Amino acid sequence: MQRIGVFVCHCGTNIASTVDVRVVAENLKSEPGVVFSAEYQYMCSEAGQKLIIDAIKEHNLGGIVVCSCSPRMHEATFRKTAAAAGLNPYMVEIANIREQCSWIHKDKITATQKAIVLGRAAIAKVNLNAPLKAGETPVTKRALVIGGGIAGIQTALDIAEAGFPVDIVEKNPTIGGKMTQIDKTFPTLDCAACILTPKMVDCAQNENIKIYSYSEVDAVTGFVGNFTVRIRRKARYVKEDICTGCGLCTEKCPQKKVPDEFNLGLSNRRAIYIPFAQAVPKVATIDPDYCTMLKSGKCGVCSKVCGVKAIDYTQKDEFVEEKYGAIVVATGFNPISVDKYDEFSYSKSADVVTSLEYERLMNAAGPTSGTLLRPSDLTHPKTIVFVQCVGSRCNDERGKSYCSKICCMYTAKHAMLTREKYPDTDVYVFYIDVRTPGKGFDEFYRRAVEEYGVHYIKGMVGKVIPHADGKLEVQAADLIANEQIIVNADMVVLAAAIEPDKSARSIGTMLTASMDTNDFFTEAHPKLRPVESPTAGIFLSGACQGPKDIPETVAQASAAAAKVIGVLAKNTLKGNPCVAHSDEQMCNGCSQCEKVCPYGAITYVEKEYRNFDRTTIVRRVAQVNEAVCQGCGACTVTCPSGAMDLKGFSTKQIMAEVDAICK
Amino acid sequence: MNNNEMREEIIRRTGADPLKCMKCGKCSASCPSYDEMEYHPHQFADMIARGKIEPLCNSESLYKCMSCMVCNERCPRGVKPGALVEAVRLIVIRQSGKNHLSQDKIPQLLNPELPQQAIVTAMRKYAK
Repeated sequence: MQRIGVFVCHCGTNIASTVDVRVVAENLKSEPGVVFSAEYQYMCSEAGQKLIIDAIKEHNLGGIVVCSCSPRMHEATFRKTAAAAGLNPYMVEIANIREQCSWIHKDKITATQKAIVLGRAAIAKVNLNAPLKAGETPVTKRALVIGGGIAGIQTALDIAEAGFPVDIVEKNPTIGGKMTQIDKTFPTLDCAACILTPKMVDCAQNENIKIYSYSEVDAVTGFVGNFTVRIRRKARYVKEDICTGCGLCTEKCPQKKVPDEFNLGLSNRRAIYIPFAQAVPKVATIDPDYCTMLKSGKCGVCSKVCGVKAIDYTQKDEFVEEKYGAIVVATGFNPISVDKYDEFSYSKSADVVTSLEYERLMNAAGPTSGTLLRPSDLTHPKTIVFVQCVGSRCNDERGKSYCSKICCMYTAKHAMLTREKYPDTDVYVFYIDVRTPGKGFDEFYRRAVEEYGVHYIKGMVGKVIPHADGKLEVQAADLIANEQIIVNADMVVLAAAIEPDKSARSIGTMLTASMDTNDFFTEAHPKLRPVESPTAGIFLSGACQGPKDIPETVAQASAAAAKVIGVLAKNTLKGNPCVAHSDEQMCNGCSQCEKVCPYGAITYVEKEYRNFDRTTIVRRVAQVNEAVCQGCGACTVTCPSGAMDLKGFSTKQIMAEVDAICK
Repeated sequence: MNNNEMREEIIRRTGADPLKCMKCGKCSASCPSYDEMEYHPHQFADMIARGKIEPLCNSESLYKCMSCMVCNERCPRGVKPGALVEAVRLIVIRQSGKNHLSQDKIPQLLNPELPQQAIVTAMRKYAK
């Protein structure tokens, strides 16, 4: 039996007005093990903490129960208090008599009774508490960033700036991501390439940053501080260290009919290509799906023209293995496919485009060199209809239930830029709601309406009918005028919803990082830990966590970097001692716990045991990696033989609490 | 039935929840009978949600709807405006003597230019 002290907090009037704290303190005095009981106005205050420290020393307490607010609020505080008095911090239990009692009850008598019961449960538990010590593991001082878009770039630059080495793994031949395809950025309208490409170059030149372009994460093992990652470097059939990026091969390659993904298929590239002029690394890549040399062995033009002999048709995928202390996921987003929306005729007419395609049509480096021409006949469109929320806020299987957040602003940007460049165009925007929270955002949208004369119409487009004369008949509702209207447009631009990149799901599985039903990564706490995954050592950056614009992405990227630096700056990491452990004598090797563990903390080992008759037996038993275990308890409830238990929350302790409550 | 009872009945019959409507107007934008209707599909969703059902019961709009259900198809929120129109119509025509059409009259209305769909729709417009 422990020598237990009970400390009942008034929390000003928060607790004391509904719970008779004196009665609680008096009642709990007679509980088994309790040798001291007191109440005080603010137990968390310095004076309150001193009261606890003095009592621990004076009465030689072995465990304490604080009846106060939620442990989320002050458990850490009181653990520190106990430690200051020389008591093991895990000998502290909190009875939550505020959130779970005084705040939710009105009747003082019943609330007081409940507070006593809650206190009694905590006393029963602390009686069975054992001192716990957190384990320590060393930290590998190198970070991995998965994804080389603006999110990954910013995170990598910030980590490198703090002096730690960081690797970027990018699946495309160049870093830069979606932002490279964007023309101008809202709300200041500065050119995306002008602000992005210097950062890309910084990445390439920073000695702390290593870029694995055209590479993918293949396997991840380990835990916070000690991840081992296998990276697959896809064969680009060009020696990266030799190629100078002169581009001669990309001019001479006879295979000219390859849809250019950088321009979303609006133009063609060659089978050997450099995605765009400012690519980093500026190295050519051969597309094996189109290269005739790789497919049939006949051609070899690029190899002949290459002045530095960088072409290597025999290249194979290579694997590198590297150790990391922390991993940042920055896998980004993609617009959804709008093929399913037959009513907008996207697949029937070339002049119905998505917003990202429109971005390319406006871009000086795009397929039309920045002159706005409609794709079907390369004429200037005179009437353009923008349709918002295509696939966003959509409950059926075609779309996404969430708001994609960025479309209102980029549509306003497109409308404004179109009117500025071509004042003779009529621009219509059909919207459900215009959502422009953000610094300078609403002013930006109002400028589109007030200064640029964009027709904003509250209502949705019902259908788009392509006519033989090239016109697009747009039938829509104007809900404010209460009429159905027809606009004869030359172009229709669809603001497609955005979704996480397809690679996110497999990366999430490799990292055991949890995701929501839309495949966005979930954060450890939606308000207070927004850039951390619930899995220790995994951090989130950018749109892989939820729809975001560039300023928000960059902010989150830097926040994730700060969190990574926090991990890498430590030589060792102290774990949470409330972790699972298995009783090897009881474990029957069934693997159930291994299957339910969301963090991959459980492995099975074969161990030799001595029998009573002095023979030995080899048994398969579960082992918990304490550095990885987050103490969720899934294994303890799954284990059929009761071998798994959680330190600090053992089955015995929980049962003792229940018994105390039911007494 | 009073307005509230009618609303409950409509929701029960259609399985649609008019409160899910986010007022995007895609139903009305798609509606081929829009100009014929006094109250438009999106207004049905809104008025049923607010319990203003009597004006709908007394409106010719009930019979102008072609029951093509394109609004149901395109609604991003699963509100099923077409089903709501039909449910109001049923409430009206299920009261005896409230038939909008009588079965015998349909053959006289037929002409070669009448789309098939109108005949199907006509079938929906009497008492069942």
